[in-house]
Amino acid sequence: MTNTEALKELIYKMADDQLILGHRNSEWTGFGPLLEEDIAFSSMAQDKVGQSYALYQILNDLGEGDPDTVAFMRNADQFHNSQLVELPNGEYDFSLVRHFLFDTAEAIRFQMLTNCSHEPLAQLANKIKGELRYHTMHADIWIKQLGRATEESVSKLQDSLDRLIPYAIGVFEPSPMEDQIIEDKIFEGEGKLRQQWEEAILVVKSKTPLNLPYFSLVKPV
Amino acid sequence: MVTEENVKEWLDEVKDPEIPVLSLIDLGVITKIDIHESLVKVAMTPTFVGCPAIDYMKNDIVEVLQKHGVKEVEVDVNFEQSWNSNKITQKGRKALKEFGLAPPPKHVLIVDLDILEHVQCPNCNSTNTELKSPFGPTACRSIHHCFDCKETFEQFKPL
Repeated sequence: MTNTEALKELIYKMADDQLILGHRNSEWTGFGPLLEEDIAFSSMAQDKVGQSYALYQILNDLGEGDPDTVAFMRNADQFHNSQLVELPNGEYDFSLVRHFLFDTAEAIRFQMLTNCSHEPLAQLANKIKGELRYHTMHADIWIKQLGRATEESVSKLQDSLDRLIPYAIGVFEPSPMEDQIIEDKIFEGEGKLRQQWEEAILVVKSKTPLNLPYFSLVKPV
Repeated sequence: MVTEENVKEWLDEVKDPEIPVLSLIDLGVITKIDIHESLVKVAMTPTFVGCPAIDYMKNDIVEVLQKHGVKEVEVDVNFEQSWNSNKITQKGRKALKEFGLAPPPKHVLIVDLDILEHVQCPNCNSTNTELKSPFGPTACRSIHHCFDCKETFEQFKPL
């Protein structure tokens, strides 16, 4: 028997992260540094908002409110999102690094959730993980290219990485019901996700001269 | 008495609003048809989770089936049998190509994104092409350029 409160807590956190980052990404519509990037961030925004809708729909089936009401009519303190996704956009390097750090985690998260004990979430995760391959491919290509292009591009990415790594680690804040989530086989846990995320980030980073801190020494935001 | 075959035939009239040459049957998004006397239940699954066309498709299904005399229609959107691009039929692939959209290459369910690099140009059939962007004007399309006919074209993305 799955603990419904623990399941809902996890889905709220994921859906809110996607909804907020989807809106941040959408702010690039019409303002991308080049047309392809304008389209890429707009498309990823559409995917993220659409995926959050599907998650809110699962919450709705579990007895929560209508997806549109839940998405747009709550007060700020009722949102479960990480601070990483809500930071206002800066320059393009900032959004690119946030997209890289967040989507790498998200792709692994949904891969893990294909084994979720709540069948509708496992089915949705199976679908979303395929879509996210395009997001991580996009992020990895640009980090590798700009991460070794010019002195300016490398230093801009480095500044954004230094600023955002503590926020990115904040994404893995355990749920108040983390033990229950793991015990009920809803999700293998933020700790395990974080470990795989660190490995994935290091693989891409190793293709560039960028520096990363020792993750274990970073204080999460 | 309405049969499943009748319903499939009628649903072939319902087109993807963003790709008007492709029917929902050819797109492979209809996953189940149940008939209980005057009620027809259709299950469908979106190509991309955030596809904004899904509500239009739902309404079109109801409209077309009612036009053919079905009294009650229920459309359920779910992810029980999730969509992948291999589900597009041969007829659908041909229609896409004629429409100027490169059909998605068949894959073994784990898409190796290298297959995006040299997509066959729908205009001149050359594979001397390159990927310009994995994102295009709709969630399901990528943008490519052909070095032979010098046209930029779109592909229905493999997923």
